[in-house]
Amino acid sequence: MSTENIPLHEDSTTATSSIPRPELLPDHQLRITLRNPEEPEDYCSARERGAYLALERCLSGFKPREVISLIRASGLRGRGGAGFSTGEKWKVCAETAGSQKWLICNAGEGDHDCHRVIEGMAIAAYAVGASQGILYFRAEGAPVVARMKKALDEARQQGFLGADIKGSGFSFDIAMHYGIGSFVCGEETALIQYLEGNRCEPHVKQPFPAVRGYMGHPTLVNNIETFATVPAIINHGAEWFSSIGTDTCKGTKVLTLSGQVKNESLIEVPFGITLREIIFTIGKGMKNGKFKAALIGGSTGGVLTEQHLDLPFDYDMLEEAGVAMGPGSIQVLNENSCIPTLLKNNMEFAADESCGKCTPCRIGTKRLYEVLDKITDARGTMDDLQELRNLAQVMHETSLCGLGRNAPNLILNTIDVFWDELVEHVTTHRCVAGQCKKMATFSIDREKCIGCGLCMRNCPVAAITRTDYIAPGHKLASMAIDLDKCVKCGTCKANCKFSAISII
Amino acid sequence: MINLTIDNKPVQVPEGTTVLKAARQIGIHIPTLCYYELDGMKLENKPAGCRVCMVEIKGQKRLMAACATECKEGMEVHTNSLRAVNARRTVVELMLSDHPSDCLTCSKSGDCDLQRLSQAMGIREIPFPGEHSHHRKDISPAIIRDMDKCIMCRRCETVCNEFQTVGALHAINRGFNAVVAPAFEQDLVDSPCTFCGQCVMACPVGALNTVSHTRQVMSAINNPKKTVIVQTAPAVRVALGEEFGMQPGEVVTGKMVAALRRLGFDYVFDTDFAADLTIMEEGTELLDRISRHMAGDKSVRLPILTSCCPGWVNFFEYNFPDMLDVPSSAKSPQQMFGSIAKSYWAEKMGLKREDIVCVSIMPCVAKKYECGRDEFKVDGNPDVDFSISTRGLARLIKQYGITLSELPEEDFDRPLGESTGAGVIFGSTGGVIEAAVRTAYELYTKKSLDRVEFSQLRGIEGIREATVDFDGLPVHIGIAHGLGNARRLLEKVRSGKVQFHAIEVMACPGGCVGGAGQPFHHGNSDIIRKRQEAIYKEDRGKALRKSHENPDIIKLYNEYLGEPCGHKAHELLHTHYFDKSDKTVIEI
Repeated sequence: MSTENIPLHEDSTTATSSIPRPELLPDHQLRITLRNPEEPEDYCSARERGAYLALERCLSGFKPREVISLIRASGLRGRGGAGFSTGEKWKVCAETAGSQKWLICNAGEGDHDCHRVIEGMAIAAYAVGASQGILYFRAEGAPVVARMKKALDEARQQGFLGADIKGSGFSFDIAMHYGIGSFVCGEETALIQYLEGNRCEPHVKQPFPAVRGYMGHPTLVNNIETFATVPAIINHGAEWFSSIGTDTCKGTKVLTLSGQVKNESLIEVPFGITLREIIFTIGKGMKNGKFKAALIGGSTGGVLTEQHLDLPFDYDMLEEAGVAMGPGSIQVLNENSCIPTLLKNNMEFAADESCGKCTPCRIGTKRLYEVLDKITDARGTMDDLQELRNLAQVMHETSLCGLGRNAPNLILNTIDVFWDELVEHVTTHRCVAGQCKKMATFSIDREKCIGCGLCMRNCPVAAITRTDYIAPGHKLASMAIDLDKCVKCGTCKANCKFSAISII
Repeated sequence: MINLTIDNKPVQVPEGTTVLKAARQIGIHIPTLCYYELDGMKLENKPAGCRVCMVEIKGQKRLMAACATECKEGMEVHTNSLRAVNARRTVVELMLSDHPSDCLTCSKSGDCDLQRLSQAMGIREIPFPGEHSHHRKDISPAIIRDMDKCIMCRRCETVCNEFQTVGALHAINRGFNAVVAPAFEQDLVDSPCTFCGQCVMACPVGALNTVSHTRQVMSAINNPKKTVIVQTAPAVRVALGEEFGMQPGEVVTGKMVAALRRLGFDYVFDTDFAADLTIMEEGTELLDRISRHMAGDKSVRLPILTSCCPGWVNFFEYNFPDMLDVPSSAKSPQQMFGSIAKSYWAEKMGLKREDIVCVSIMPCVAKKYECGRDEFKVDGNPDVDFSISTRGLARLIKQYGITLSELPEEDFDRPLGESTGAGVIFGSTGGVIEAAVRTAYELYTKKSLDRVEFSQLRGIEGIREATVDFDGLPVHIGIAHGLGNARRLLEKVRSGKVQFHAIEVMACPGGCVGGAGQPFHHGNSDIIRKRQEAIYKEDRGKALRKSHENPDIIKLYNEYLGEPCGHKAHELLHTHYFDKSDKTVIEI
């Protein structure tokens, strides 16, 4: 079956559905896959919002290849991180001959409208000819799991899953599978290994899972967000969908917005929005301090800085900046975030999550962590910075899967932007953000100190004593730190109610 | 066909060919480490995990692993771009940064692929000081696991699971702590391990070793109260020379005998003698089962399975406990030798059993386990005291400053050193059954064989089937080497899909010539083939080529044993098997 030159179904490019089109919200969000938090999730409410209309429409009006044409025309790209064209992936899977085909939904991350996900999966299954679906969840997401279970039961009761769905002759059902939370399970070949009961390890993608995947059968693996986007495309048409976003990235992206923003939340934005809008409009601005950087895509992502604030946010801009979207998160950092510490913490996570299969990731993450630990512990040298760059580059170029390739991303895209900060850490042993305790020199401003003595009482090593200086306007003599005794634990600073203690 | 260029050299390859193989085709050497292949034996380890074979491909953002990247039309591969060379070097440096630097005392020194890579890349220091991963050392009766040296190439895992289907080794733990180990990190001895040792043969570093008994042997030799005798397996003589720079397949029987005498062994005997003895017993057993079967005896179990290979015995005891009465009850040649040496020969020489130390030189790792089995001991004294591998013997010869090539050719001592060509071919897959056929045919038909060579039983295919005409009686024979092949054949037999009169099984690829105690072949299956050819050449050079014509065997039966499979023979030369399917006791 070729879908190369199939004209679009006559009404597939335009919306004929009665469901209202999602509109841009006042805070610049556009919710296509996420439902409004106040809306209930049960089947009846979901149905009122138009759930399963797209599936019914496909089953009654579209041939599978027409569905694929439509998805291709919409320009939808996989939301799992790599951003591969969804329609192309479906096409490869549909065109591969196989008595049995599988559909796998990687729901490792995210919190989506369950019925939308089920509907999207059913539509995809219809399009590629799969009869069995697997929904993979990480066990940590237990509440989502329970909700999804309920939604699956409802869908079966309503005849949207199971044998001969709505008399169309198309049969499809979904089994749920819980993981133990290995990060590398997000990689599709590793996920397939895991579902087959093997050790969760990625493999060289040759051939693609769409050709030979789960149990050797053609397998379509998509992220939960990708599936959740599908019903809207069917309902409102490819043209509508492709009108949202940038030239190369269509539609919306769900993001977890966190860190130093006032409004930490799960958001959905059209591609092309600027980081400034995300942080300062949707996020309602900085909670504390000044914007320093935004960590995109978690530990295997990268950072965007001031210079990226007004660029259209999409896969291409991120790629240009050397950042991987990953599961879609934005963590906003202020000037109190120390970059080497951020790098160290992220590398610790990557080392912990490495499966151990390939050398650069198994040993590289460990060695990078050790170098970063040295730098943040005031033992670093300029040679270490050189090693950091070389090793990160080699890891990025040689690792087997995305986890290993992206783990050093953060180093690679911060090392130049924050070069001065890194150099300070290894030469003058200064940490401007004050996070590297080893480098901190705690000092009490004797003019601000009212002499309450709280710091003295809490100091674990009795390094703080009272001086005989009484600042103007205060009744008690101010305190001072004996730097020879100070272990830089930071307890005094944390306890001071008058901001008299600072790191210099 | 696909056209591409590698380092600007055009090359044409069939679709599906990897960049690594295409490069080899035009003489371009891309370094590898985890990649391991026994060409023609369906053994390939290709996890693309070590990342040592990284090359640059035009148009690809990242470097690609040559072992796992298929050639595409118009591809432009650069194996030695600065980027690729730097990446490969860094990957090896990383590996070295988590590897003990004890090359001077490592058992694998000189044969280590990691050492070779490091030398070739000119690595003079390891730039990443840092923590090393540590694992408990596991010493079994035959194999030592020193996983501090494991580089996660997964060769052992592939050999153990896919080729041998033993399933003793798997990757466990994650990240920096990942290592290959038996399930739940049990000791190997508590796992389904058969001690075939093919993991040791595949290990590119010193993480998997064999237990060595050379020190005990040398101290016995230097003990004036002990008479130390040695037996040498057929496959040893066609491989030992490799350790001394000779070509694979060069036969060094006479020089080996001379070397053993110089090492101080009191008597140098031949396992081939015991192989002839095995044929007398096993051949008789085969004929007995066939005749009873033809006479309508329903209790008789066919096919008869050979039982010479200790890895195979361990395998069926664990995996086929319902078929324990199917294999021949004949002991392996090593054990028959020990048994006869410490009874018949001891009596003849007027020596006490406990004053004899019986040493075997074997191409095998499992023999170390076999000689320690309780059923092969008399009052705690083992029939065979120590088993040394071909590599172990080579080390001893080098340690004693003996130049093998300059030694004269010497003969084995008699009577336990006299053998026929049938005993020699025990060293190759198909050899045991061919030796058995030579004898069984003549005993059954009472006719003399014109042609003793049965080419239909020879070859290197993993599973072979042949029918030999016993003067009107077609005898169906199956042959398997490699335990995975044995499992496949046995499962067919168990399900009744195929029927054989006799099946020969050897655990190692190519039979004993490819045994895990042999010089390392580093995945070059040509070496195994050349050793196999040498075995058949040695057979052709023998004056006697049928076991039942060995005069010292005839004498042994006349003087001591009586009839083959008779009472005395049963007592000394036969054994029984144990159900070990519940061997794995998991304690958490």
